[in-house]
Amino acid sequence: MTPTPTLAVTVMRAPRRPRAGLTFAIALGVLAAMTLAAIFAPFLAPYNPDAVDFAAVNAGPSSAHWLGTDGLGRDTLSRLIYGARTALLGPLLVVVASTVLGILLGLLAGWRGGWVDAALGRVFDVLFAFPSLLIAIMAVALFGKGLAAPVIAMSIAYAPFVARLTRSLIAAERSRPYVAAYRVQGFGGAWIALRRVLPNVTPIVGAQSTLNFGYVLAELAALSFLGLGVQPPTADWGAMINESQAGLLGGHFLPAIVPAVAVVVVVVAVNIIGEELSDRIGGGSRS
Amino acid sequence: MTVLRRIAGKLGGLLLTLFLASLLVFFSRFLVPGDPVAFLLRGRKPSPEAVAQITAQYGLDLPPWQQYLHWAAGIFQGDLGRSLQYRQDVTVVLAERLPVTLGLVVMAGTMIAVVGLIAGAAAALYRGRIADRSILIGLTVLGAIPSFVGSIVLIAVFAVQLGWFPSFGSGEGFWDTVYHLVLPSTALAIVFVVLVGKVTRSSMIDQLDREHVEVAISRGMKRGTVVRRHVFRNAVGPILTVSGMLVAGLLVASSVVEAAFGLAGIGSLLVQSVDRLDFPVVQAIVLLVVIAFVLVNAVIDVLEPWIDPRSAAGAGAR
Repeated sequence: MTPTPTLAVTVMRAPRRPRAGLTFAIALGVLAAMTLAAIFAPFLAPYNPDAVDFAAVNAGPSSAHWLGTDGLGRDTLSRLIYGARTALLGPLLVVVASTVLGILLGLLAGWRGGWVDAALGRVFDVLFAFPSLLIAIMAVALFGKGLAAPVIAMSIAYAPFVARLTRSLIAAERSRPYVAAYRVQGFGGAWIALRRVLPNVTPIVGAQSTLNFGYVLAELAALSFLGLGVQPPTADWGAMINESQAGLLGGHFLPAIVPAVAVVVVVVAVNIIGEELSDRIGGGSRS
Repeated sequence: MTVLRRIAGKLGGLLLTLFLASLLVFFSRFLVPGDPVAFLLRGRKPSPEAVAQITAQYGLDLPPWQQYLHWAAGIFQGDLGRSLQYRQDVTVVLAERLPVTLGLVVMAGTMIAVVGLIAGAAAALYRGRIADRSILIGLTVLGAIPSFVGSIVLIAVFAVQLGWFPSFGSGEGFWDTVYHLVLPSTALAIVFVVLVGKVTRSSMIDQLDREHVEVAISRGMKRGTVVRRHVFRNAVGPILTVSGMLVAGLLVASSVVEAAFGLAGIGSLLVQSVDRLDFPVVQAIVLLVVIAFVLVNAVIDVLEPWIDPRSAAGAGAR
């Protein structure tokens, strides 16, 4: 009855790959900076993100406006900092909700097997035919623009990916000796599944779920770029690019390029973190 | 015989998936609380004629399952409902816009296939060396560039700064259209190259490690022949499967690209219809994307045994 190693222990025990440390550290730094920007936006942003200044429309970078201003004279840096809020919040909610939902469904399918497994598998197959962005657009068509409907819709859209992974892991765990040992001792199936098997599986699933964060961030930004997600005048990276499209054709690249670069940098950082975590955890507990 | 039975099984699964997907598309409307007529006519003046017309069209006075049958029967007769913003049949509106989206997806698909296969094959053949690592890093970076970012960067550099390509519209005539679609299809292709590239690499590496390749090399066959006939042909299966999965994503991402480049395709129509509360068009396009996805994957499933006879014999033969 060895206790299951916690997530932190597994991560720390796993052997480090050479030179992966630096990129991983930089990626963590990017994510930390973004989180701090989102939390302390009012203190960090030099201007009110919605303050319009017609004297400085489409201004280039200067000491007053480090990253210039957009077509309405709003400070791009301030809007970038405030935009980190929706950019972080949406994907966070989706990843947490889809992971919880997916783990529960995967546990049900993998543990019960039989017709429950077959039925759920069929439902997942159908959901795979709907790309998450399409489900999000459909949700907006049904319930209106904003962040709420797409976040709920994408939580459902991503759950099957989590569920399928959980299912295969649970099915593999089910045949291991410790499960039989608990059964022989007279523990109930639900207790074994929830208290003894699930903790062995959640770190791997959790690490895989962090990989979804980047995709969700990009898709929610795409949605507000299309004008269907976060609504103006709220500062949001996708909405900022959308609003700067007219200026782009006039040669004012900065207001559109700055949030675009932010999206790419954060997605790369999150993917590096997610891959590193799944490498360490997957290698540590599956061997 | 076994092949026929396999195809029949696949077709059964396909029809079931399509049926369940259609249920999802149709009954999604019932998630919205309140009067369906009010929902469908949001933002428009509910004149008595309009109410009567829409009630008759969707059979809104019938029980839900009869409404579904009514709708599904319409689809089989080529009736996808009526657009509220254009006051035309949805099929007419879609037909006008389909060519642009198809052109976009075909061009992007070609780019993805060419770049992904070459990059993946090169990485596999130079496995572990600098070429492999730089290709992998390059693919990962490309995979982090969403279509809307790709679109605005390409517009900024190649349309506004250099002036090489147009940034708006789809042009007229074949070559002009191709010319107009160069930037949009590139923006669409960027993010998907990584998937094809990585699966090509891992699938080919998997084959390179096998005994039959060693045998072929030890018999003194030319390296090019070995790679083409013994490695690549065997590696095609997973690549095809991943490509099939891309189709739906490509169609949906085209809505972003079409919006950025002002193309009048299905994707921009979807966004515009959501914006103008034209639910019948939204419903039709969602269904269209799902049907396209299921059909393409069915074709790949059916074709696979011919391309790779081992898959017909089952996984055990590998």
